[in-house]
Amino acid sequence: MNELLRAHILKWFEKGKRYDGRKLDEFRLVSVEYGVTKNAEGSARVKIGDTEVIAGVKLAVEKPYPDTPKEGTLMVGAELLPLSSPDFEAGPPNEESIEIARVVDRGIREAKAIDTKKLCIDEGEKAWAVIVDICTINSAGNLLDAAALATSAALRNARFPSYNGKTVDYKKITDNKLPIVRLPVSVTVIKLGDHIFVDPTVEEENVIDARLTVAITESGKICAMQKGGNAPITVDDIDRMIELAAAKAGELSKKL
Amino acid sequence: MAELLVPDKSIVVPGEEVAAGMDFLPTEGIYRDGEKLVASRLGLLVVDGRLVKLIPLSGKYLPKRGDVIVGKVIDVAISGWRIDINSAYTAMLSMKEATAEFIARGADLTRYFTFGDYIVTKIVNVTSQNLVDITMKGPGLRKLSEGMIVTVAPNKVPRIIGKQGSMVSMIKDATGCKIIVGQNGVVWLQGEPEQELLAVTTLRKIESESHISGLTDRIKAFLDEEMKKLQAGK
Repeated sequence: MNELLRAHILKWFEKGKRYDGRKLDEFRLVSVEYGVTKNAEGSARVKIGDTEVIAGVKLAVEKPYPDTPKEGTLMVGAELLPLSSPDFEAGPPNEESIEIARVVDRGIREAKAIDTKKLCIDEGEKAWAVIVDICTINSAGNLLDAAALATSAALRNARFPSYNGKTVDYKKITDNKLPIVRLPVSVTVIKLGDHIFVDPTVEEENVIDARLTVAITESGKICAMQKGGNAPITVDDIDRMIELAAAKAGELSKKL
Repeated sequence: MAELLVPDKSIVVPGEEVAAGMDFLPTEGIYRDGEKLVASRLGLLVVDGRLVKLIPLSGKYLPKRGDVIVGKVIDVAISGWRIDINSAYTAMLSMKEATAEFIARGADLTRYFTFGDYIVTKIVNVTSQNLVDITMKGPGLRKLSEGMIVTVAPNKVPRIIGKQGSMVSMIKDATGCKIIVGQNGVVWLQGEPEQELLAVTTLRKIESESHISGLTDRIKAFLDEEMKKLQAGK
């Protein structure tokens, strides 16, 4: 049936149309909401159409890694909650959730989004650890872009808790923001047949040939990429996909 | 000493006592608890003589004998196929009911139906344990070819079909799509992309406005206008 579905979707694409009436290069309605959870130091809810993702940022004081004694650390985890799709099961993280976490993590890291040197409190002993948790609330396609956008928004929303040198008081939140230099957004461009498009629905995700997730900063710099799907892509494809991603990244950045 | 505890045509919630006394008989969505009749789901109460019935406002599809539905093959077993029928329960299509052809012992069943195939099928029996048996023998029951699958709320299906199929025929005539509406809320469409898109938009419109009176006229006006736009666009 996937063959039939693929053929049918391609027939629509020939006419430049998609199942929900959008154009190929059109995103669904994107909305960003800040400060949605009580206990996280920073949080954001992102909706792309019916897809809904919440990201939360926790800040903790930890010992920095031995190879970077002067820098704080970043950790990103993603969980695909069973409530968000009939296809998701409870249990240990699967390939998809690990990929989301890694791609989002790489985007933030390679964009040098956070000035990690400023997170250092005591060289080699104490530094702030930035821990991001991504939870899917509803999955209607394009979780990757939603997760990346939610993470960027949550980082911007985060405030340090008060710290007296020994313990962190999570009840007292200061006004100090994270040392953010620039924020990336991710755009996943899908290739199906000869067509490229963005913001896939679940049906479209089931029949893709290849996909390329591009993380781009607000100034238009590409900082990370991830290719998925079974089909190979040519250098020309990559050029076209990046061009589309860059245009869409500009739109998404404005939502932050 | 029988009396209704809530007025006819009122909206009741699960657990609400709707009538007292032995003169009323519970049917769909209502059960008896001693002297009282109690609603088992959210819906509109309808009293027809002594019968008390409930028209559900929401909820998943409940399989019923005789329903023609659209299902998807999710498993190929030793002696048949398991079908997802957009319900809490799955249905079983046995080899005997699948085809008139003779199937040899140990034959490859995926030759007939395979994973992900959509079929139009009919429910022949639902047991008390909610095991659902279906058949492919009957007029119009077949494997579906390329097309678009959309799901609508199962309780809106009667409105989408209309009286004697009037509503769905109207959409078919106006858009030129082939449409099959399963009682389980799964709809199969086939046509040109623009036509399909219009048909789906219309289905969604019916779904959201089915409770407002004058639905047929409004849908007719909507279809006429949209088709004019399509023609003008060409």
